[in-house]
Amino acid sequence: MEWDVLIAIFPSVVVDGLVLGFVYAMIALGYTMVYGVLQMINFAHSEIFVTGAFVGAEILLIMQAGGTLGALHPLALLAVIVLVAMLVSAVLAVAVERIAYRPLRGAPRLIPLISAIGVSFFLQDAIRLVESLWRNAFYLTYPVVEFFDLRIAIAGDIDVPIKSILVVVASLLMLVVLTLFVNRTRLGTAIRAVAEDQAAAGLMGINVGRMISLTFLIGGAMGGAAGALFGVQFGTINPYTGFIPGIKAFTAAVLGGIGNVPGAMVGGLVLGMLETLAASYMSLLTGGAFGAEYKDIFAFSVLILILMFRPRGLLGEVVREKL
Amino acid sequence: MKGSRVLAAVLAALAIAALSLPALPVQAQQLGTIKIATQSPLSGGQAALGEGIKNGAQLALEQLGGPLTRMGFRLELVPFDDQAKPDVGVANARNLVTDPAILLVVGHLNSGVAIPSSEVYKDSMLAMISPANTNPLITDRKLRNVFRIVGRDDVQGVVGAEYAATELKVKTVYILHDKTAYGQGVAEFFRQHAPKVGMRVLGFEGTEEKANFDPIINPIRARNPELVYFGGIYDQAGVFFKQARAKGLRSRFMGPDGMDSSELAKIAGSAIVGMTYSTVAGPTAVYPAAAKFARDYKAKYGKDPEPFAAQAYDAMAIGLAAIQRAVTANGGRRPTREQVTAEVHKTRAFKGLTGTFTFDAKGDPVPATYFVIQIVSGDPTKWGQNRLVKRLDIKPPSGSM
Amino acid sequence: MRSSSPTLRAALVAAYVVGTGALVAAVPRSLPAFLLFMASMLLVYRLEVPPRFRAAAVFAILVVIMPVVGTSNTFYLEVATQVGIFVALALGLNIVVGLAGLLDLGYVAFYAVGAYAWAIFGSPQALKIWPAATAIFPLPGWWFFPFLLVAVALAALTGVLLGLPVLRVRGDYLAIVTLGFGEVIRVLANNLDKPVNITNGPIGITPVGRPPLFFAPVVARLGVSTEPAFLYPLYFYFLVMVIVLVVILVTQRFKDSHIGRAWEAIREDEAAAVAMGIPLVPMKLLAFAAGASFAGAMGALFGAKQLFINPESFTFMESIGVLAMVILGGMGSIPGAILGASAVTILNLQVLKQLSLTLNAWKSAGVSILGFNLADLPTQLEPAKYERMVFGVILIAMMIFRQQGILPSARRRMEIEEARAAAAEQVVTGGSS
Repeated sequence: MEWDVLIAIFPSVVVDGLVLGFVYAMIALGYTMVYGVLQMINFAHSEIFVTGAFVGAEILLIMQAGGTLGALHPLALLAVIVLVAMLVSAVLAVAVERIAYRPLRGAPRLIPLISAIGVSFFLQDAIRLVESLWRNAFYLTYPVVEFFDLRIAIAGDIDVPIKSILVVVASLLMLVVLTLFVNRTRLGTAIRAVAEDQAAAGLMGINVGRMISLTFLIGGAMGGAAGALFGVQFGTINPYTGFIPGIKAFTAAVLGGIGNVPGAMVGGLVLGMLETLAASYMSLLTGGAFGAEYKDIFAFSVLILILMFRPRGLLGEVVREKL
Repeated sequence: MKGSRVLAAVLAALAIAALSLPALPVQAQQLGTIKIATQSPLSGGQAALGEGIKNGAQLALEQLGGPLTRMGFRLELVPFDDQAKPDVGVANARNLVTDPAILLVVGHLNSGVAIPSSEVYKDSMLAMISPANTNPLITDRKLRNVFRIVGRDDVQGVVGAEYAATELKVKTVYILHDKTAYGQGVAEFFRQHAPKVGMRVLGFEGTEEKANFDPIINPIRARNPELVYFGGIYDQAGVFFKQARAKGLRSRFMGPDGMDSSELAKIAGSAIVGMTYSTVAGPTAVYPAAAKFARDYKAKYGKDPEPFAAQAYDAMAIGLAAIQRAVTANGGRRPTREQVTAEVHKTRAFKGLTGTFTFDAKGDPVPATYFVIQIVSGDPTKWGQNRLVKRLDIKPPSGSM
Repeated sequence: MRSSSPTLRAALVAAYVVGTGALVAAVPRSLPAFLLFMASMLLVYRLEVPPRFRAAAVFAILVVIMPVVGTSNTFYLEVATQVGIFVALALGLNIVVGLAGLLDLGYVAFYAVGAYAWAIFGSPQALKIWPAATAIFPLPGWWFFPFLLVAVALAALTGVLLGLPVLRVRGDYLAIVTLGFGEVIRVLANNLDKPVNITNGPIGITPVGRPPLFFAPVVARLGVSTEPAFLYPLYFYFLVMVIVLVVILVTQRFKDSHIGRAWEAIREDEAAAVAMGIPLVPMKLLAFAAGASFAGAMGALFGAKQLFINPESFTFMESIGVLAMVILGGMGSIPGAILGASAVTILNLQVLKQLSLTLNAWKSAGVSILGFNLADLPTQLEPAKYERMVFGVILIAMMIFRQQGILPSARRRMEIEEARAAAAEQVVTGGSS
């Protein structure tokens, strides 16, 4: 075994794990918001997220074609694409809720799940349809903005690109804003009331339907922002890109305790770190017998282990059964 | 009774369907129609490549169908979506063999779909010409109706290793692959051949990751190989190359023919300047027809051809020529599938876009010509200027696996 | 229809079956004819006819007419066989999800276990694990039958192994654990080609052995062709039908036994079920094992039928597909799972395909609809590319307009109606929504 290699790469493995964790956390926030209120796995969230990524790509590509990519400061540029992506994804999420989930209110839990899968199928190919008509291509590559790729030394010889720092900052910002919103505002309180008991909330004069729409609006906006940042970070997207990060983010949300906002963040970080460690070290530790391809097995095994001992996730409340 | 209402509705719907569908042209068995099917994923994550296959075949049918049309046949392309799933591919295969007008299949993209589907084609000796399957098992099963116009994994891996050792003078290599039959196959043969030509393999890893390669790059960077070989397709490899360069990896890059797309430059930009890839598709300088194909393709579909589109064009061209000979041999009447398959076997030195083709008994092209191409620019519009750096003629292995 | 006598209805059904059967025979490539014929099963099931007649009709349709039709168009036989495979899968998942209420998103893992169990030993692949055992492997074809049982046992064991660590995990936590488990099995299949080559990785295993045509001499005496290409599709069709029959009988027995009622109790209220003395752990494990075992048997058969397997057949999307069948048909209901599996499979393999082929034919023939010439349709809009999108819309529409499923179990229908009434009440009292 090559201990020197193992130790030499450790710091950058940790940094990479953290960045990946924050990416998962951003997407996980959308799942957890919706789950917290409706106890429903919004399978279509990965497509809401991809929509954000496409919106970001389109803005940048159109600006590039018009030669105005350099006109804005890269940070302003980022703000523009993230905001527009948030807007579009939020509207889409609300529309999806209206059309595909609202008529199912009160139905058994699995019914909205299947509907969400239908929405997911539909949106994937709808994005493809729109993009192939508009651009005659549905694999999009984000134009290179030099600024995002500049590397900043953070400690010793470890350096990270600015885009990774932006992901971390944006994701922390989203977490803080969301936590404050849910816990400190009237609307947030109303949403929590609906999450607690829809009927009672309705009796207290809360407009349940509107609160659910608001939840999707927020979840969608989070997904849109995550999509645009994902695009900037990794560069290439297609309508089916969202599937894997979606599954991972959902896993992260469950790991942290689904429905719990800080839990999504913790779950994302744990999962990102586990995956990165496994992908970087598996081959080194086993002398090449097993490699990076086992990272998902490793991540899922740890998930199962954690759920064995904490069946409601890391930060999920422990409900003592009264028998 | 509620049930009977439902039933009535179902029956009514079926009745309407029954009334409307039988009148369709697809049901009408014109004696004068010859159909050629394509099978490739047209939906889902691999749709871009699958569409390329369909488009390439379609273009060939339109451009080269003239002689058959003049003989009095109507030509029709029947595109099937196999969804990259074996069960769907097999069901499609069963579906299309029941249409006697179908005389040839161009497909598939995935070996995993091609192998079970070709077992179905075999039952009626329906010829399948594959534009993309490099898995050795495709032809090693020795089905008489199965052909391919791409090289085998085992040869391409060897070509890459030979070139890396003798021309690039590389001593250490790190091998990655995409965990598909194609990518892993090529990478495996590269690995087996590397020590024979004096290269040390520092690592061999597969990954299904498509976006975030940071964790894999870390150990590679620490070992600092002279060459990184990526067995896979450009959409994944491009992202890897870009991220690897950004992380400061300075190794040379190399890959198989899955890299052969201007999209690679679009994704990876300057990261891939100077990298090499092996391919069976000749560069435009050697095969001028390929340049015309690229122009026509762009004119018709508004985009550059996908990696296997030119091969699909050739597969269709070879098939059409065979059908034409079969018609002539059959006295101007529609030939049987058996006759078409026999004629495909008789293909001799067929000059296509991507090579000159003759098949051996197993259906492999002999001797396959391989090219090693160097990428000169990270600008996708300059993809056509890539340099041919090596040309090799290699016979496929004759022994069985 | 209610007022008519059973005899009249029976005659009606018989006439329908014979009529559509003849129609299919007359136009063997017409999809509507085939669909009308398939609908006869539904008719037999829904109409109140004497049970003995019902059994006779089902026998006639599945054992006599279908094979005859299938020999003139082997595609139908393939569809019927795949329908059978998915029916067994849906019934298995129905036990776990529909009866016991345990949401399983990784069901395809058991299918994979069964498929690999036979594929490895019934092909030269086993020699890559034990190179010296050339005298034993590949196992001759008749071993397929014992391996059906081996596959069942292995899959059941895997089900228990999955069930054990997650007994405390519930609801959506269980969903994600099973999803992860499904992925683990697929990734293992994809990667266990090293350090020891067990599964041959992504390249897959071929040729997987097929059960021998032991009945060929008998068939030959009947004057029927003994070509393997002709006999094997029929053979697999009948094998699938036999397995499906066993699966249906087993499920029915489970459902009507104290075990089935225990499962339903657990589904409704775990705490109450425990209070009533239902042994939670064995019951949950039994549900996992029973559900998994059906998939194991079908997996082994799938490998033999395809002659080839690789990990691409066992993705998460397959699990989702089977789940959609169960819910579409009506959770907890046996006829529902059967119908759901049939409807989704026929939709995917036939109807959507036929639709896009037809549109494509119109397009190449230059047919006009409402003055728009289809030949002018841009290639981006080719129908074959959007089959999945249509499927998505159908899923959504089904959930909105018929959420209890096509053929729900009686209890399920009641629940849904109650929930709806409650929701309506809530809207009335809780303001606009």
